[in-house]
Amino acid sequence: MRALWSMVLLPMLGSAAQSPAWVQLPGSDSFESVLNYEDSAGKVSVAPFELMALPVTNADFLAFVIAHPQWQRGAAPRVFAEQRYLQHWAGALELGAATLPRQPVTQVSWFAAQAYCEAQGAHLPTWSEWEFSAAADATRADARSDPTWRERILSWYAKPSREALVEVGKSTPDVNGVYDLHGLVWEWVEDYAAMLVSGDNRQQSDPDLLQFCGAGAIATDDRENYAVLMRIAMLSSLEADDTTVNLGFRCARNIERVMP
Amino acid sequence: MNQLLRPALLLFAFAATSVFATPAALPADSIYQLESTFSDQYGKQFQLAERRGKPQLVAMFYTSCKYVCPLIIDSVKGVEHALTESERSGLAILLVSMDPARDDTAALRSVFDKRKLNPTRWTLARADVAAIRKFAAVLGVRYRALIDGEFNHTSALFLLDAEGRKLASSARLGAIPDAAFLAAVRAALAPPGRELKKPATH
Repeated sequence: MRALWSMVLLPMLGSAAQSPAWVQLPGSDSFESVLNYEDSAGKVSVAPFELMALPVTNADFLAFVIAHPQWQRGAAPRVFAEQRYLQHWAGALELGAATLPRQPVTQVSWFAAQAYCEAQGAHLPTWSEWEFSAAADATRADARSDPTWRERILSWYAKPSREALVEVGKSTPDVNGVYDLHGLVWEWVEDYAAMLVSGDNRQQSDPDLLQFCGAGAIATDDRENYAVLMRIAMLSSLEADDTTVNLGFRCARNIERVMP
Repeated sequence: MNQLLRPALLLFAFAATSVFATPAALPADSIYQLESTFSDQYGKQFQLAERRGKPQLVAMFYTSCKYVCPLIIDSVKGVEHALTESERSGLAILLVSMDPARDDTAALRSVFDKRKLNPTRWTLARADVAAIRKFAAVLGVRYRALIDGEFNHTSALFLLDAEGRKLASSARLGAIPDAAFLAAVRAALAPPGRELKKPATH
């Protein structure tokens, strides 16, 4: 039995081992987010960080659930992953013929994605980290003012999602060496739930308006960036146990500060 | 392996590896599945699964909050006051801070004392940032830290059953509890096998 396991698994683990290649991103003291945060005048500070060059693949995730059985389909508690979790795989430890090892893993919940990243000593990128990375194109770190950058995203949205997912790394890398931030799958971010929390209403007279506490709000008033706003709206509609057929993830990690 | 023996062995293995031996595995939809470590207003550490056994009111707050958070405590107290003494004694209350950077044990303790919370029922708790994010995620609470130290957040009270499963929630805050939510709390506190009694008159 054990020999059979290694025959099946070793080739997959071999391909997975090449996958987590990390790319350094410089961050910015005043990155202009599409989310026009009122409390920070629309600018966010993004510390230098590392991002996976590729989305996490089925093979990567299979290696993870082998090492962490509590995240196998059928074993992961319902509170962390809904029924559709990894349902496109043939079995708990088997991708099957219809699922390619190098396709991005999808149908994973936020909890499962977060657990994967924690197992790599990493975390899901914050929205700011993701947005900073995704502003790049093949030649520029911030290509967002170029209409062709937006057109590319919108043309992906227009593509039917029934088509099989392309394998990771088949697109042109951006100027930082990151692949597939646009055009392949949606990606979880760590603070997916934090983006559209608004703080406008604090009147105590109306109980329906007492949803929010604190000062400052997010104004999403940049019509030019509605391609990115669509992504925010989609992520904000999710619960942490949700999975979808075109929602995957990649991980980010902090850069260890090396003293000179 | 013997089909009957296997669950028994699994159970034994589970109990043996757990410091606090538990009678059965948690339900798959229990938020007590979260294994993070929390600490209370006295600095005592605990895990959510240790709170099995009693229905529990849960909410998130932070101590420096000027607007809604004092109302969250008022709201829970409102539920508390609407219950009979015997109902109250069957209820646990857990408020978790979303501001672990500033809400240390002393800050929790200070609010606990100032608001004269009953230590047999109430726990104010903190955990690290990653644990808090997961805790908010299992509840469905959304929050964002603002630059000035305040938070934007959705506010709700949640009712959990004795196994940590969500039974009901109420986004309506105030000293007078939401009637449907209060009814759910009463139903959860009713002794098993007995019909819910009419609301007590004082």
